[in-house]
Amino acid sequence: MPPDGKLPVALVTGFLGSGKTTLIGGLLAHPDMGETAVIVNELGEIGIDHHLLRRVDERTVLLKSGCLCCTLRGDLADELRDLLGRRDRGEIPAFRRVVVETTGLADPAPVVYTLLAEPVVKHHYVLESVITTVDAQHGLVRDESLRQVAAADTLVVTKTDLAPGSGVTAQLARLNPAARVLEASFGAVVPRDVLAPPAHPREPSQGDDVPTHAHGDVGAVTVVLDEAVDWVVFGIWLTMLLQARGSEIYRVKGLLDVGAGGPVLLNGVQHVVHPPVHLDAWPDDDHRSRLVFIGEGLDREALTRSLAAFSTAAR
Amino acid sequence: MCALCGVLLEEHWAEDGGRRGRVFRVQLANRVLGHFGLRLDDWGGRTYVLRDGKGRSVVVANLGALWLEAERLAGRPLDPLDPELVAFLAA
Repeated sequence: MPPDGKLPVALVTGFLGSGKTTLIGGLLAHPDMGETAVIVNELGEIGIDHHLLRRVDERTVLLKSGCLCCTLRGDLADELRDLLGRRDRGEIPAFRRVVVETTGLADPAPVVYTLLAEPVVKHHYVLESVITTVDAQHGLVRDESLRQVAAADTLVVTKTDLAPGSGVTAQLARLNPAARVLEASFGAVVPRDVLAPPAHPREPSQGDDVPTHAHGDVGAVTVVLDEAVDWVVFGIWLTMLLQARGSEIYRVKGLLDVGAGGPVLLNGVQHVVHPPVHLDAWPDDDHRSRLVFIGEGLDREALTRSLAAFSTAAR
Repeated sequence: MCALCGVLLEEHWAEDGGRRGRVFRVQLANRVLGHFGLRLDDWGGRTYVLRDGKGRSVVVANLGALWLEAERLAGRPLDPLDPELVAFLAA
């Protein structure tokens, strides 16, 4: 449990048939996982996923209908609040963690927003990690997949036994340099490998800025800054950028040198920005700001020039 | 509601930094907004007032709401990557 006593919430997303339920089943079966409440969502009336998760049936809260991101965001908040109430009344056992499974079509951003912004929910829960499953056989099949991949802290490539050497793992690593990429068959994963968010984006390497050609101009760029950036300047710049281009920017994540001892950890999914975390120390010897942007038509030079111009204007 | 506005958030993520940060934020925002004929004033240390050259004004809670309202008043997108704006700020 985090030091502030909040319950960690893991969000599991991924396209239809990409292995979300199998992954959750694998996590729940692992002895390290502890007591976990699971909230599943499903399209249609037959709760297939619910039955697959019957091992944890008592603590499974089945959202009633529709799409989690658009219409049931309130329900998610209701269910998270209800879990607390039922736990406190002794109706369900105490739990140490919540796993939320989204629909295959869900855009994760509104779910992240619910966890960060709903007053009661954010007081009791903290978003631990966003996990996205991708089927090695079919890869990234729709636009929704790209947003789900961009939002991920951990990417789990599933069904690798059916499609060995498919190249999906390498493709995902290029598309989301801020995420950890794991391969797993039959949900065989270790919770700490999946749930703990990666400390910081991988070092930019040659080819990171090359958009994945199978998906038009969607790709990742890494902006590296040699000089410290004033936090106020950065706040003005990023809020303006997200207003102007929020629909094109799926993710921004990185470490920012604001001239203090340690960096500021920044993490945003589309318009939704986590409260920035001021870290005591840098994770390695490289103390330059490193920001990964994932989205459509991103131009690293244009982003760097623009932020530099805002810094110049502030002097 | 747009998540960017942060109306439901108790404190917008980009709004820390105390009084010094607030004064500096208004100064820099005005450098940018001036390019679009707009002006921002602090209002009691809690909110801001955004004005255009035609005498129209609107109260904004934080930086997220600022850019949304600025776009409305200016009647066009305010893109920080716009080469003209970048050149104006870098000059």
